[in-house]
Amino acid sequence: MKAITCYFMPNEGDITVGGYSIRENPEEIKKNIGYLPENNPLYKEMPVIDYLRFVAEIQSIPEGKIRERILEMVNICGLEGEKHKKIGELSKGYQQRVGLAQALIHNPRVLVLDEPTSGLDPNQIIEIRDLIRKIGQEKTVILSSHILAEVEATCDRIVIINKGKIVADGTSADLRKRTQGREILKVTIEGGNRNEVFKALQDLSNVQMVDFISKSDNSYEVQSKPDTSSRRDIFQLCVKNGWDLTELTPTETKLEDVFRELTLK
Amino acid sequence: MKYIWIITKRELASFFDSLLAYILLLAFLGFSGLFTWLIGSDIFLVKQASLQSFFGVAYWTLFFFIPALTMRMIAEENSTGTLELILTKPLSDWQFVLGKFLAALLLILISLALTLPYYITVASIGPIDHGAVWTGYMGLVLMSAAYISIGLFASSVTTNQIVAFLLALLIGIFFHLLFSLLAGNFPNFMGKIFYYLSLNSHYESITRGVVDSKDLIYFLSIIFLGLFGAETAIAKRNISDN
Repeated sequence: MKAITCYFMPNEGDITVGGYSIRENPEEIKKNIGYLPENNPLYKEMPVIDYLRFVAEIQSIPEGKIRERILEMVNICGLEGEKHKKIGELSKGYQQRVGLAQALIHNPRVLVLDEPTSGLDPNQIIEIRDLIRKIGQEKTVILSSHILAEVEATCDRIVIINKGKIVADGTSADLRKRTQGREILKVTIEGGNRNEVFKALQDLSNVQMVDFISKSDNSYEVQSKPDTSSRRDIFQLCVKNGWDLTELTPTETKLEDVFRELTLK
Repeated sequence: MKYIWIITKRELASFFDSLLAYILLLAFLGFSGLFTWLIGSDIFLVKQASLQSFFGVAYWTLFFFIPALTMRMIAEENSTGTLELILTKPLSDWQFVLGKFLAALLLILISLALTLPYYITVASIGPIDHGAVWTGYMGLVLMSAAYISIGLFASSVTTNQIVAFLLALLIGIFFHLLFSLLAGNFPNFMGKIFYYLSLNSHYESITRGVVDSKDLIYFLSIIFLGLFGAETAIAKRNISDN
């Protein structure tokens, strides 16, 4: 990310953004990128409005339009009540909005966000995510994050990089499919002997593996063979034996698991 | 040029917002005023309508004043990460450094302008050598510019402001004092080199009223080297951060 935004120069290779190379036209690229670095550095002693004006000037927004753009940014990022305060006095959530506002002020084609929600409380996280999604409808947003739920909630395409190598690339659904096409079910069956039920489940043709979830109750974790489903079989089994099927929940593979599987290899 | 001015404007605003500018102005005017008019070999003791004593004092006060001014300029941006923010905006490293340089220089010019009443007062007391006063001011401005660029360089190589301050003083003291002392201790050739390197000797020849192109080249090359060092240090972020 630091290389895309022309802060670092890669030792070898090149990056092109919108047809411009970072080696030959860094100034052009910088004009087309809005960047929110990790930890959101800001001039804490400056009032929000002054800061946005400073950034607007650096981004060569024509003098007559600066006011208009600043007000627009204040609106979009919800900074109306805070615009005259010093940045250092704002809460982290508001500081993050200032960071977004400064990244967006020159209407860039590409927005690069490095861990945009780190250090925010749950409400702020949701607000910032909504904002990012709103912006993402018109612009290219490149977002890096360690919070996979966030990635899933905001991104259309996910790339997982492990030790400098791309290990996965696709939508969140793609990634899930890629790592394993197996169905995992959480099943609770009452009215039968625990071991009997366990054995019967294991004997089903599509079932790969059965596990007790805990020692005392009647819940089992059932993993099916690749690309098959054993939901119907389990239901039929219960009907046949007169057992009560009280729970049948497909457990979705979390992106976290996908991530672990991909990066721990 | 536009970018340089934007950086300068912001930097000056932050000087005056953070009280730093006022404190330093007050300290500078206080010290130089005190020693020019009241204490030590002041004007009344010398009994001459000349600003030599003021220039002697300003020579030392600016020496401490400037590193205090420049120490945070790049080091702070580096440690808070705003450097990354600024340098990913469409401006070059050079414009950034020059903007900072200009801001510090302007603040020094303001403080020197505020000492003009000394000049007016002295001129009204007795006959004064106007030429020597103006070249004296010119010497101070050149010297300040040289120390600002050294200070910026010191500030660019570290993220710690105190280190930047001390480093600037350390580099500064060589030019300020040590080279001229060394010049006295070495014979012939080495002595001449040290004498040439000493900022003191160039400053004195200018304040005496002699503006030699040799002195101008000396100051300009220190300024250039300092700024060049600062720019290089910033541009080297690649390697140091990885």
